Amino acid sequence: MIRQENCKIVSNKQIAKNIFEMVLVGELSAEMKQAGQFVHVKVADGFDPLLRRPISIASINEGSFTIVYRRQGKGTSLLAGKSTGMTVDVLGPLGNGFPVDEAKPGQTAILVGGGVGVPPMYELAKQLARKGANVMTIIGFQSAHDVFYEKELAEFGEVYVATVDGSYGKKGFVTDVLDGLALEADFVFACGPTPMLRAIENRNDARKTYLSLEERMGCGIGACFACVCHTKEDPQGYTYKKVCSDGPVFQAGEVVI
Amino acid sequence: MSSLSIQLPGLNLKNPVMPASGCFGFGREFSQLYDLSLLGAIMVKATTPEPRFGNPTPRVAETPGGMLNAIGLQNPGLEKVLTEELPWLDQFDVPIIANIAGSTEDDYVKVAEQLSKAPNVNALELNISCPNVKTGGIAFGTDPEMAKALTRKVKEVSEVPVYVKLSPNVSDIVKIARAVEDGGADGITMINTLLGMRIELATGQPILANKTGGLSGPSVKPVAIRMIYEVSQHVSIPIIGMGGIQSAEDVIEFFLAGASAAAVGTQNFVDPFVCPKIIEELPEYLAKLGAEHISELTGRSWKKNERLAYYRP
Repeated sequence: MIRQENCKIVSNKQIAKNIFEMVLVGELSAEMKQAGQFVHVKVADGFDPLLRRPISIASINEGSFTIVYRRQGKGTSLLAGKSTGMTVDVLGPLGNGFPVDEAKPGQTAILVGGGVGVPPMYELAKQLARKGANVMTIIGFQSAHDVFYEKELAEFGEVYVATVDGSYGKKGFVTDVLDGLALEADFVFACGPTPMLRAIENRNDARKTYLSLEERMGCGIGACFACVCHTKEDPQGYTYKKVCSDGPVFQAGEVVI
Repeated sequence: MSSLSIQLPGLNLKNPVMPASGCFGFGREFSQLYDLSLLGAIMVKATTPEPRFGNPTPRVAETPGGMLNAIGLQNPGLEKVLTEELPWLDQFDVPIIANIAGSTEDDYVKVAEQLSKAPNVNALELNISCPNVKTGGIAFGTDPEMAKALTRKVKEVSEVPVYVKLSPNVSDIVKIARAVEDGGADGITMINTLLGMRIELATGQPILANKTGGLSGPSVKPVAIRMIYEVSQHVSIPIIGMGGIQSAEDVIEFFLAGASAAAVGTQNFVDPFVCPKIIEELPEYLAKLGAEHISELTGRSWKKNERLAYYRP
């Protein structure tokens, strides 16, 4: 069930260049089930910024949860400035996450995260590993300063890192890593920039591929129709999916990205 | 009688607070959060004869104290609204105001005729003020003669009272208000969004795919208050006021300006529980003003011979 709660900040620290990890205590963590769901955070009490910010859930724990966000504009800068003990107005959990239940013990899942698309991969890796699936993660960043969660993800399987400038890991994109590995997988789960998701969708690396989309949102619950996308079967027509409430995770080929 | 109940043409409201059209879908999403029967009414999303996908994304952009949207009247079309959305809403004890839109006069007439026959539609809201569609919408709402003629045509076919939603994107809103009253409107809803734009510094391009969008949120409230203050003194039909309402205090201000009910738009996105919160808080604010019934407040800002107790926060 969706709840609105003033969650207490347990910690809020920088973990890479402009990347912050915030741990929040809240009863709504009990409602969080799927990796890939998100919360809608009110970053300021006043009118500016007015709207909430959709932020993916990086980790679900007993009584608490972790979000990871990039300090980019006014809203996320305000969030980055908050300290332990303060509270944040959180609405969630929202959306439908990755279908972890589809993975069977012994099956292989490749997790692909790009930039601020990496955080949901942590909870996903945790849940898949708990199910007995073999997890391999490929994460991509601009440069060495941007890399985070490599060690954390390594708890659940092999991790490969790509940086665009080659300052850490393999030079290039996550798809360059995939090219080099030539893997056979049961699942690919991906979250990151749209060009990365398109590239993943155009590959056939697995039996099933699921992609987590990002779009500017108004309400986050499906009422405002700000984040709609066309379906692949009806790319110019009237059938649609809402990224916030039908997604953000869709199977590859389901919607136009 | 409750201190909040209001009688308006076609509408027997438990309280004067309702979500504004376009900010609440057809209620399904918000029904997961609270009982929709708590609301005074629901103004459902605009319906056009055929389904519409709306504009390309991005469809929203933020501004200090506001938001720009260019959704483009996305809706499932008349048939689905009649067969799926309205019957679903019937489970709630709440009046429904159906917002109707179209590209041509015939579109409006068709949708009005059919939606007004739906058993749980209590009133129509004639949307002649959407700034985000190329044809119809605002074109009808900025020309007094066109607004009047369309209101008259819709009134001829509608089996329920008709409220006309006015655009603030005009130089003389009183003229438009009088025109729709002459056309037979039973009420006015105002204001729709203000046409606006934002440009992204990084790209030098408009943020919205549609380039322009409708500004809403607390930043438009003074415009709405001014326009309701002006219009309410020049028409004899009731006004449902909207534009940046965030709190019970805002609702009171709209009443003082001349509104007889209030709709909440953008704030539903910021705080999805805002409508029930305002409904709960209103009686306390009425008591502070020494008012027994909320309708006593309508137009008090210009009814000079009727003084209220000083408001003490």
